[in-house]
Amino acid sequence: MKRGFSILAIVTALLLSFALYEALIAAPTERTMGDVQRIFYYHVPSAWTAFLLFLINFVASVVFLIRRDTKADILALVTAEVGVVFCTVVLVTGPIWARPVWGIWWTWDLRLTLTLVLWLIYVSYLVLRRFSTSSQTPVLASVLAIFGALDVPLVYFSIWFFRTQHPSPVIGGGGSLDPRMAHVLLINWAAFLCLAWLVCWTRFRLEVLEREVEEAQALESLLEGSR
Amino acid sequence: MSFFGITRATLAKDVRLEWRSKDAINAMLFFSLLVVVIFSFSFDPTAEESRRIAGGLVWVAFLFAAIVALNQTWARELRNQVLDAYRVSPAPANALFLAKALGNFIFVTVLEALMTPLFIVFYKLRALGPTWELLPIAALGTWALVVNGTFFAAISLRTRSREIMLPLLLFPISIPALLGMVNATTAILTGEGSARFWIALLVAYDVVFTSACLLLFETVLEAE
Repeated sequence: MKRGFSILAIVTALLLSFALYEALIAAPTERTMGDVQRIFYYHVPSAWTAFLLFLINFVASVVFLIRRDTKADILALVTAEVGVVFCTVVLVTGPIWARPVWGIWWTWDLRLTLTLVLWLIYVSYLVLRRFSTSSQTPVLASVLAIFGALDVPLVYFSIWFFRTQHPSPVIGGGGSLDPRMAHVLLINWAAFLCLAWLVCWTRFRLEVLEREVEEAQALESLLEGSR
Repeated sequence: MSFFGITRATLAKDVRLEWRSKDAINAMLFFSLLVVVIFSFSFDPTAEESRRIAGGLVWVAFLFAAIVALNQTWARELRNQVLDAYRVSPAPANALFLAKALGNFIFVTVLEALMTPLFIVFYKLRALGPTWELLPIAALGTWALVVNGTFFAAISLRTRSREIMLPLLLFPISIPALLGMVNATTAILTGEGSARFWIALLVAYDVVFTSACLLLFETVLEAE
């Protein structure tokens, strides 16, 4: 367990440095957008990672509701937290790119709005977890996660009705991407996935420890009281 | 007692309570009146402009006002441990949920019926599209707000500062519904485009979340 963690940490560090070099130096400069396009290697992998984490959160929440397994609950909490961080990266890097290329910081386009709404839903999820006083917080939170997941297709269709401005998806959306760029993109995504995994793992262990400490303290005060 | 018998009894109790105390409806009315006056006063729109913005204003006013009714839905049952009595009683949880959601639906509908004339007067509104379509939009939109609102009020019951918690949970999830209500209303007021797509979206939203609420409410009620 400990060795696996160290290996993952080293792999992540190596991959991240290699991906940084690839994205900033090795990747070809885009013809019309110039160097600003390089933010793409951070924007898109963060988005994919965030969506993947939110998906894991949904699955973990459903598993928790069915099996009432504490591990599933911790996994849901951890993926929501890390997912919100990656989603924030997406929402910050997007406008930085959009300002010089589109001439505007923000537009109510399909993918932008969907990402923002997802971010809002998961922030409210974290707020609920933080503010809840009941011992049943995990149940309430997983119910909220399911509601959030149900909301996604509805948000999608409601905004799909407007014309969309975002560049169509590069992979599987009929767009053409230089194979060299696709290569760099995938390396970056691999690095980001490793990083997300590493952070989730650390956070997971921390949460387990925190709960153990809490339990021990509760037990201790119980014993003190009975003496 | 049958399922609908319990629903009817709880609903009648809530409506009677509200009729005698008028706690929620007075607060909601006054609050949305303030919104109407303040916005009308600060924008002073022409008839053409107000057709474009009224859809958004009306629904935002109703949404914020509805929070008042939604917040007291379950808080009222905490006194004298009524909610615990519900929990141990053999009555199905969904009957209780439906009664509460229908009660809130009635309160918000009454609010809308009373406030709409004021909106028309202050914003010089005259719809250019098919006006009758506003009725299904209002019904579907109100249900979309109260069904999830009633559910999330039950969730936020067990949090610190629960009055603030409810809008924090409800608003992000309600974004597609709000978009549907506002755009459908604007389409009818301005007479540009059809409201059909948005009505279909509201129907889908209502169906999806009403089923989700009914499926998961028992879990939430039992979580203590």
